[in-house]
Amino acid sequence: MTSSVWPALAALVVSAVGVLALLLAEKQWAVIAIIIAAGAAMFLARRFDWNERIRRSGAANSRKVFLAAMVLVVGAAFVMREHNFALLMLCTVMLMMVAGLGLTLQFGQAGVVNFAGAAFFGIGAYAAAVFATKTALPHLLVILAGGFFAALIGSVLVLPLLRTRGHYTALITIAFGILFKTFLEVNDALGGPQGLKVPGFVLFGHAFNDPIEIDEETEWSFYLAYAGLSLLLVAAAYAFVRRLERSWIGLAFDAVRIDETAASAFGVNVAAWKIAAFSIGNFLIGVAGAAYAMMTGFVAPTSFTFGDSLILVSIVILGGLGSALGLIPAALVVVVLPEKLQAIQEYRFLLFALLVIVILLVRPGGLLPRALRDYRVGAPR
Amino acid sequence: MDPGLLAQHVFNGLMLGVIYALVAVGFTLFFGVLDVIKFSHGDVVMLGAFTALAVSVGLTGGGVTSSPLVLAAMLVAAIASMALVGALLARLLVLPLRRAPAINVLLITLMAGTVIREGVRLFYPQGSNPKPFPRLLPGGSSELGAFTLRHDSAILFAVGVLAIVGVHLVLTRTRLGLAIRAVAQDPETASAMGIPFTATVLATFAIGSALAALAGVVNGLYYSEISFNLGLLLGAIGFSAAVIGGLGNVYGAILGGFLFAALQTIGAVALPFASAYKDVFAFAVVIVVMAIRPAGLLAERSAERV
Repeated sequence: MTSSVWPALAALVVSAVGVLALLLAEKQWAVIAIIIAAGAAMFLARRFDWNERIRRSGAANSRKVFLAAMVLVVGAAFVMREHNFALLMLCTVMLMMVAGLGLTLQFGQAGVVNFAGAAFFGIGAYAAAVFATKTALPHLLVILAGGFFAALIGSVLVLPLLRTRGHYTALITIAFGILFKTFLEVNDALGGPQGLKVPGFVLFGHAFNDPIEIDEETEWSFYLAYAGLSLLLVAAAYAFVRRLERSWIGLAFDAVRIDETAASAFGVNVAAWKIAAFSIGNFLIGVAGAAYAMMTGFVAPTSFTFGDSLILVSIVILGGLGSALGLIPAALVVVVLPEKLQAIQEYRFLLFALLVIVILLVRPGGLLPRALRDYRVGAPR
Repeated sequence: MDPGLLAQHVFNGLMLGVIYALVAVGFTLFFGVLDVIKFSHGDVVMLGAFTALAVSVGLTGGGVTSSPLVLAAMLVAAIASMALVGALLARLLVLPLRRAPAINVLLITLMAGTVIREGVRLFYPQGSNPKPFPRLLPGGSSELGAFTLRHDSAILFAVGVLAIVGVHLVLTRTRLGLAIRAVAQDPETASAMGIPFTATVLATFAIGSALAALAGVVNGLYYSEISFNLGLLLGAIGFSAAVIGGLGNVYGAILGGFLFAALQTIGAVALPFASAYKDVFAFAVVIVVMAIRPAGLLAERSAERV
């Protein structure tokens, strides 16, 4: 049962062109036209049953499609090489996806709720700020240190998380998120409410914050370098999470989420897998936070509030719980739309909250619901 | 420490405790009947305070000068409208998700809270700034050494305690209370005995939200200022209080409310770090308590059915 690569590739190219157009659109009418076109494309895809074909073609050729997606992102970044703001948004979307992948691992796959996503993002960001200013650690390691610290500090919560369930677990992460933000605000060593400056990323002597000079006249945006970094991170995180999901570990996560008692009756070590999912997820969120901090050059407690945690959770729910692929449209909607549609900028929290309410009531699976595991012989993986 | 000063701290803590307990009782009531957490509760508190503020602005602008009259109108309007809002939220968001995973209900109400919060910020005139709340209670105070008892605080404290006692009486002495307790214990058997399930649930949400409105007004009168985001922290505190008491247990929620206030007060005055760390301390203790007693201090004894 082989499936052609073309439907998935075509869908990918069409989406990439749409996203590129959206990122570069400046007039409000153009933005609105692109959104309407996207809606129409989704309607058509459903009307003519393209979705299933695209999904099957993508699943059968996942490696080719993955490579094609990376090539397309590089191409899009190249097209936008002189547009700072568009590139910044592209990077933000990719880094939010990294954080979303961490959250989806915890929330959607292992069922470990985490309402402190912004706090772990903030731990990564602050760790990057401290390590990059106070130590001579190479910056690639600084970013890993951000993830490592998020996982390390998260491990403080492991014991209460394992002892509690459901609402009680949610409370622990909410309490931690509030505690973390308050701590940052009153703590002088980490800059207090003013926050800290973060030096830009330097790799092998190249400072990412320097514009890339091609010749006398042309200068490319320095965000191009960060786009490369973000792409690297998101590709690695995506491949990692997808592989984990498809492996026996992912199966253990699913078992733990769906029924802890049954899982442990079948010999699945519930506690160990919860710890694993929580720590790996926090690591990814922390890495995203560290990279984001180095890109924007600045961290402050106000970026890591409970509201921001809810935005991260919205991305995961919007995409479809546990669905790694769904994070792409979800992160685009949540990050790019409010920046592009000035009319809704002010109302974005209100609109996202309403959007999530509608999704939970009408389409609890999200935009791209996670597909069921298919164990038939020869089934596409 | 000087006994007068100590008494001052104790009273301030008790005052906070009453507000927290009012909020926490709502959380625990909702959990009792539906096994859900309605996280928009803190924002309902805030909306209640803003409703009262709008009424007072309207009445004062309309030439009504008698403080008791204005205060009565504020209380009636806030309590009635929040009871309605609470019942509506239950009907539109919570009940439809009864069969969905519990976390979806938590999420949908978190988002409903965000809608309320953002709605006030965006659509109340200059809603993003803190608003002065009118001082409508008699302003005098009695001094006893270093202890100053503000009369308005004493009245607020008494009102809060009376409201909690009132809820206790409703739950234990009335047919409605019996229905609520029956539904909390076993919805199916309660329905079989002729207790209307939906009506009881809605009544419970109305009662809890009415308490939230009262908490909002008390909070506004105590601090003389309200802002659109007060519900977030108050909701988290009320939830924590209900959880450390043991969800579903009204007395646990009251105990939890006072405990949380005690933690904050201890964190602010008795511990060797800056008082700004009081919330860090209080929430850290909550996390530790949860690790030691995962189902709260006064937990219902129950075995999970598999």
